[in-house]
Amino acid sequence: MKTNRAILFISLLATTTLQAQNRLFTRTGTLQFYSETPVENIEAVNHQASSVFDIETGEIAVSAQMKGFEFEKALMQEHFNENYVESEKFPATTFKGKLKNYDKSSFKTNQEYKIEIEGDLTLHGETKKINSIATIFWGEKNIKANSSFNVSPNDFNIKIPKAVINNIAESILVNVDLNLEPYQK
Amino acid sequence: MKYILVTASLFVSSLIIPFSSIAQDDLLKMLENEQTNSINYTYATFKTTRIINGQSVENIAGGNLNFVIGHRFGKINDGAYQLFGLDQSTIRLGFEYGISDRLNIGIGRSSYLKTGDGSLKFKLLRQSNKIPVTTTLFASMAVNGMKWSEPERTNYFSSRLSFAYQVLIAHKFTNAFSLQLSPSLVHRNLVGTTEDQNDIYAIGIGGRIKLSNRVSLNAEYYYQLPGINADKTYNSVALGFDIETGGHIFQLQVTNSKGMIGEYFIPTTSGNILDGDIYFGFNINRVFTIKK
Repeated sequence: MKTNRAILFISLLATTTLQAQNRLFTRTGTLQFYSETPVENIEAVNHQASSVFDIETGEIAVSAQMKGFEFEKALMQEHFNENYVESEKFPATTFKGKLKNYDKSSFKTNQEYKIEIEGDLTLHGETKKINSIATIFWGEKNIKANSSFNVSPNDFNIKIPKAVINNIAESILVNVDLNLEPYQK
Repeated sequence: MKYILVTASLFVSSLIIPFSSIAQDDLLKMLENEQTNSINYTYATFKTTRIINGQSVENIAGGNLNFVIGHRFGKINDGAYQLFGLDQSTIRLGFEYGISDRLNIGIGRSSYLKTGDGSLKFKLLRQSNKIPVTTTLFASMAVNGMKWSEPERTNYFSSRLSFAYQVLIAHKFTNAFSLQLSPSLVHRNLVGTTEDQNDIYAIGIGGRIKLSNRVSLNAEYYYQLPGINADKTYNSVALGFDIETGGHIFQLQVTNSKGMIGEYFIPTTSGNILDGDIYFGFNINRVFTIKK
């Protein structure tokens, strides 16, 4: 009987570690955004986005601290955090989504695929559905994922005062770049 | 045997169910756990490098230049003849440059006592989830450019000099509320009489309450430690608003001090607020990005 239990326990352990292996992670994902207007162009980049991808289900989650966005001008960065996205109240932005019609067995190693992705983007306390195309590079151990989409500050209840309304684009391009690798502590 | 199987299956299901629900449910929760141990610095304890008259813990970022135009009108109790002080004004023009994010240099010129000043400001500590306060060191020197009152006697250049040293310690309690303590020492090389103090110690306290993302209410008080100077002068008090408009920060204030640098407003404030010796004034801060 004891051996039975031991087998059970081992198989349990095996399934849980397997689950961990089914996940790919990164802590150094890149998020960028661009706002282009005739008055000025604003761009910011965050190299500390963390992300986890479930190989079995095609589910993906991305999270980044708003304070991690770096701007060309220090003052822009302060205004971004202080006045627009209110980083103290809403410290992080998150995305939780899924690759559409995902089938793990259809991917070949070292090939690139374009897949539709759908999910919820949370920013400034507001959540909106996002649809986009993701480019997936299926490596031997890692997966590289890249996607772009547009967001509007208005959709996320980010108020822009009239004085600078011409400086900030109504539609802001967001670019996500992730290199997901097996989890390492 | 059966008993064992039942307990075993219960055991299994109790383990698998929570595991599988974690797997399905929240990839995001996993990420949250990942992020908890990174250092999270506090920013924007104050909107600009001054609370009102005195320095705040804030620095100008590296490669940026802040142009400060300070104005103090005359006393409100001068009455309608002077349009409540608006007919007179003293001005200070100043530049502050960020050599790095932590080190600033500054120069300025006040029309009051025709004074030039130079300063160094160094951010020692930044408030974060590990350190409770931001601490900045400030040192400045002022050169009084007035003509000698007694030109016939031997006058030394060093007699024109005075110095201010401050340790600025601030804590941002919430997004809306910040408080700062500013222990200060002002040294004057030359004073009027032998009884007058060359060294004046004072403790400043200042704070702000944000009324909106772009407007804050600021208050500041410098308490001089007891001494002859504290008996002859008043402690500096100021109340004002910071108004931020993109690239500019406007500071509007009322105060009983005429000088706009520590060497003057800490030890030589002569206005008695209760008598209406109040100066209306403003600072305009404009930041330019010099080096990217």
